Amino acid sequence: MKEGLGHASHLFRMAGLFVVGLVLFLVVRSLLVPADFGKYGHFRAGALADNREKPVVYAGRQACTDCHDEAVTRKAAGAHAGIGCETCHGALAAHADDPAAGKPQRPDPRVTCLVCHERNAGKPSWFKVIVVEEHAPSGPCADCHAPHSPAVG
Amino acid sequence: MDSARRNFVAASGKLLLLTPVAAAALDWVLAGEPEKAPGYALDDHWWAFTIDIARCIGCGSCVRACKTENHVPLEPYYFRTWVERYRVKGADEEHPQVDSPDGAYNGFPVLPAAPDEKSFFVPKLCNHCAHSPCVQVCPVGATFESPDGVVLVDKSYCLGCRYCVQACPYGCRYIHPETMTADKCTLCYHRITRGLTTACAENCPSGARRLADLKDPKDPIHAFLRENAIQVLKPQMATGSKCYYKDLDGAVR
Repeated sequence: MKEGLGHASHLFRMAGLFVVGLVLFLVVRSLLVPADFGKYGHFRAGALADNREKPVVYAGRQACTDCHDEAVTRKAAGAHAGIGCETCHGALAAHADDPAAGKPQRPDPRVTCLVCHERNAGKPSWFKVIVVEEHAPSGPCADCHAPHSPAVG
Repeated sequence: MDSARRNFVAASGKLLLLTPVAAAALDWVLAGEPEKAPGYALDDHWWAFTIDIARCIGCGSCVRACKTENHVPLEPYYFRTWVERYRVKGADEEHPQVDSPDGAYNGFPVLPAAPDEKSFFVPKLCNHCAHSPCVQVCPVGATFESPDGVVLVDKSYCLGCRYCVQACPYGCRYIHPETMTADKCTLCYHRITRGLTTACAENCPSGARRLADLKDPKDPIHAFLRENAIQVLKPQMATGSKCYYKDLDGAVR
């Protein structure tokens, strides 16, 4: 009759298999999981750079001041001072990089003006609204209101 | 020991003893702070967003700008931001009528204002929660709260399992029909890390939307939070929303 751990060789074999399995798991895991996973949290740190990579489409109003000083100054004095240039003239990052690329669009006033200024349920009381059929049934808004400085008189 | 030699010994020691993952984690532990990304300091920002309900005129400029900037599909099921119109009859705060045709991509159809009705617009976008339900349910670590406070998606990791789409209490996620991965507002991460504001805030004509940085002591958000009645959406869900609404009506859920 064997004494002590004499009958335990099957336990050692199992322990050996367990260790081999563990090592295999760690090797496969280190191959599959990117090195930067877990750097800042439970995610791949490189995903931050991926999200930053995308090109900018709207240049931002600051970019316009470099060349269009006159229009920017006029707008800054009027009621439309807070509006970004690209809100009416379209996305222009390509144009800001290369002035020859993509001209700013000239907005259709009866669409662009009215999307804000037509009276509608929901508009706050401080905001100037019109009912276009009563206020100006035809013709461009710019006949009376200069878009960059819209006050009349 | 000169620093080059010391670095070599440390690096080879880590390579010999640890898996690359553990080595990267040790770097982080030894540094004591997350390594700063080149040209932009992650540690210097904690991004948030403010919305002033009384300034929103429902023009939909934000929705159009967002879709253009971020190449969001034009079909009216995909939005990173959208605007809702609430109409509340008399005192019936529990049953507001809400419309948001095409997410307000073309503004709102003209409705006569009823005399006994209160109506207002509510712009919506990802709330960039500090304790995001969407991040908690992601099984693979493909969506996460960035160290500077933005909830982002790692497209190369996303399986498209849709758990996060269901988990978001604000309905801010969708599966992009081309990549079949989760897509959402990134708070224009590619813009704000270059010193620009978000496309929606840039194009908001009335100043209703504003990007804010809670770590910047000079940011007007501190006065905004201090001096106004502020609410977040679904505060009972304890999401740690960082999208702060001024004068949000109780009818908004």
